[in-house]
Amino acid sequence: VAAPAATPMLLLADIDEPGLCTLEVYERRGGYRSLRKALAMEPQEVLEQLKGSGLRGRGGAGFAMGTKVSFLPKGSMEKYLVCNADESEPGTFKDRELMQKTPHTLIEGIVIASYAAGTSKAFIYIRGEYVLQADILDRALREARAAGYVGENVLGSGHSLSLVVHRGAGAYICGEETGLLDSLEGKRGNPRLKPPFPAIQGLYQGPTLINNVETLTTVPSIIAMGAEEYAKLGVETSTGTKVVSVSGHVQRPGNYEIELGIPSREIIYGLAGGPPEGREIKCWFPGGSSSPVLLAEDLDVPYDFNSLAAAGSMLGSGAIIVVDDSTPILDVAMKTAKFYRHESCGKCTPCREGTNWTVKMLERIDAGEATPMDLDIMASVQEHIIGNCLCVLGDAMAMPIGSMIAKFREELEAHMEAARIRAGLDGSGASDSALAAQGALAEPPGTLLGGDGAGDQAPGAHEGAPGTHRGGA
Amino acid sequence: MSTVPRFEHGSRVPGWDAPADLEKDPAEIPDPAETPVPPDLRSEIEAHMANYPDRHSAALPALAAAQRLHGWCSPEAIDQVACVMRVTPAYLDSVATFYDMLETAPVGAHSVYVCTNISCSLCGADELLETIRRAAEAHPSELNVRAFECLGACDIAPMASVDGVYVGPLGAEDVPQLLDDILAGGPILPDKQLARRRVADPRANTEDYPLHPPEHEREGS
Repeated sequence: VAAPAATPMLLLADIDEPGLCTLEVYERRGGYRSLRKALAMEPQEVLEQLKGSGLRGRGGAGFAMGTKVSFLPKGSMEKYLVCNADESEPGTFKDRELMQKTPHTLIEGIVIASYAAGTSKAFIYIRGEYVLQADILDRALREARAAGYVGENVLGSGHSLSLVVHRGAGAYICGEETGLLDSLEGKRGNPRLKPPFPAIQGLYQGPTLINNVETLTTVPSIIAMGAEEYAKLGVETSTGTKVVSVSGHVQRPGNYEIELGIPSREIIYGLAGGPPEGREIKCWFPGGSSSPVLLAEDLDVPYDFNSLAAAGSMLGSGAIIVVDDSTPILDVAMKTAKFYRHESCGKCTPCREGTNWTVKMLERIDAGEATPMDLDIMASVQEHIIGNCLCVLGDAMAMPIGSMIAKFREELEAHMEAARIRAGLDGSGASDSALAAQGALAEPPGTLLGGDGAGDQAPGAHEGAPGTHRGGA
Repeated sequence: MSTVPRFEHGSRVPGWDAPADLEKDPAEIPDPAETPVPPDLRSEIEAHMANYPDRHSAALPALAAAQRLHGWCSPEAIDQVACVMRVTPAYLDSVATFYDMLETAPVGAHSVYVCTNISCSLCGADELLETIRRAAEAHPSELNVRAFECLGACDIAPMASVDGVYVGPLGAEDVPQLLDDILAGGPILPDKQLARRRVADPRANTEDYPLHPPEHEREGS
């Protein structure tokens, strides 16, 4: 499969040029010209450009960015812009590369967006693990302030903006917009009830615009080339280019910039080299671990928001994880479910309990204690999570797990049966020792207490039970 | 997995949910006169508080600063942050217990986060974690080896973050050198650092640019 031809590189063009993270090189390459161009327009015109570009949010939900900006009420109240740099979706690492190598593009995008939205205070909420990237952003921000691109009266336009890099401390849920706001306010990152949506009542109760790093990094290109030109890229409902992170069982994992709408096969095989020699694709996550898995037969689905939705999955954060035929699907399901169990904040019951019980049921399969009926129960647990929580973290487990049960039922049943035979629980009496272990239940509890009664405690036992507090990984 | 004491048959050991001390009064905002705070820590926390319209927003950076100084969010560290921020220790406890990177018990000095999420585990992260854990057993006060959720570096899977420095892809053969580098306090596996890598997309760069410098050679870091 050939790599896609002639994709315009808007985000990754010459991204490895030495010193691009410094203002000097960035300006030499035409940096902050889009900002000057935007400041020469009325904010309403900039907003029209964003709307006209058809740019959809690159963080996961794919909401039209210009429309989101227009939701912010007019008026003199304090408004905020928050850049969501808490990139924690498994498989996603596009924002990391963009922030590390071209931080000024992000800052320029933030200033332009804040001008269009009328916000005077902005924050970049970056995940705490990205130490290098946060340091680079801090340094770039100091340069931008000194050069007058950020601060009071930006370039004499009358628009003022304060910008702060805020470091998180390790929590997937803080990538959810309202969880992020709580975290930015200095609390536990629990999601909030919506509505009111952040555009009406967000950070410090003020109207807040929240956008992903890649979305904001794209803004300078849109202003530079004009909304009409930008909208010609990609397909009608998914315009522009997108950085796709490809990982897992591929020969050349990494970030690739693609025009939306190209066949997924060209990304996985043409760009990332496909799975190792002699192996076949078993399934792939098209948009991070939260997206329902697709199969090898779905490889010709165009990679854009609507086509992937029509195929029963989603573009999400644009992170493709490829799983080849050497890995049992149960392992993938277990990793996925354990991740969401660990990251569930515990606020909503369906998510807190559903993620926990899904893991337990998957462990039953592996231990040979499950029956095919358990798959139905597990599928029904997923259905009861979806749509029943304040945020979509639970859904983000339920969708891929549900898709795995639906698409790999035969393999899961075979796994189950093999494990039952291995454990000697199939009624053949093949393994007496396993049955003897069962018999241990009859003994009085006192003799079973391991050591000091905390024998099964994992390292890091100070952390609470899974879900209710935040258990160890 | 469970952190609640259990019998082997799965039932919880009685008393697992007993509160520590119901009669105790809640701790109040620490009195500045009785809570010595190192001047550097105080000024760092105050600088963070000045960044936000609401001082509570400084909780995460302030706790991170205190953890750098004390090694973990100890009661002493929490009291010092509470004293400067004028909040109760319980409020900060509620925050510290939520976030993976804030330690609520003493740990080894250097954090080694091994990503064990989907992409990394497809590439052998679980075996890597076991190898690192076994090798690190001899240095419990120096090393804090943890399985971690997706660190956002699936392109160098399997990988680890050592005090914030991303290195990968790592094999079992890299582990002795990794530990030597950490214990020697020098740069961590310079050739394997994420900071050095070029973007994967071959169409992105129009020239054959050199590799980036590793983290310890970067300007200003």
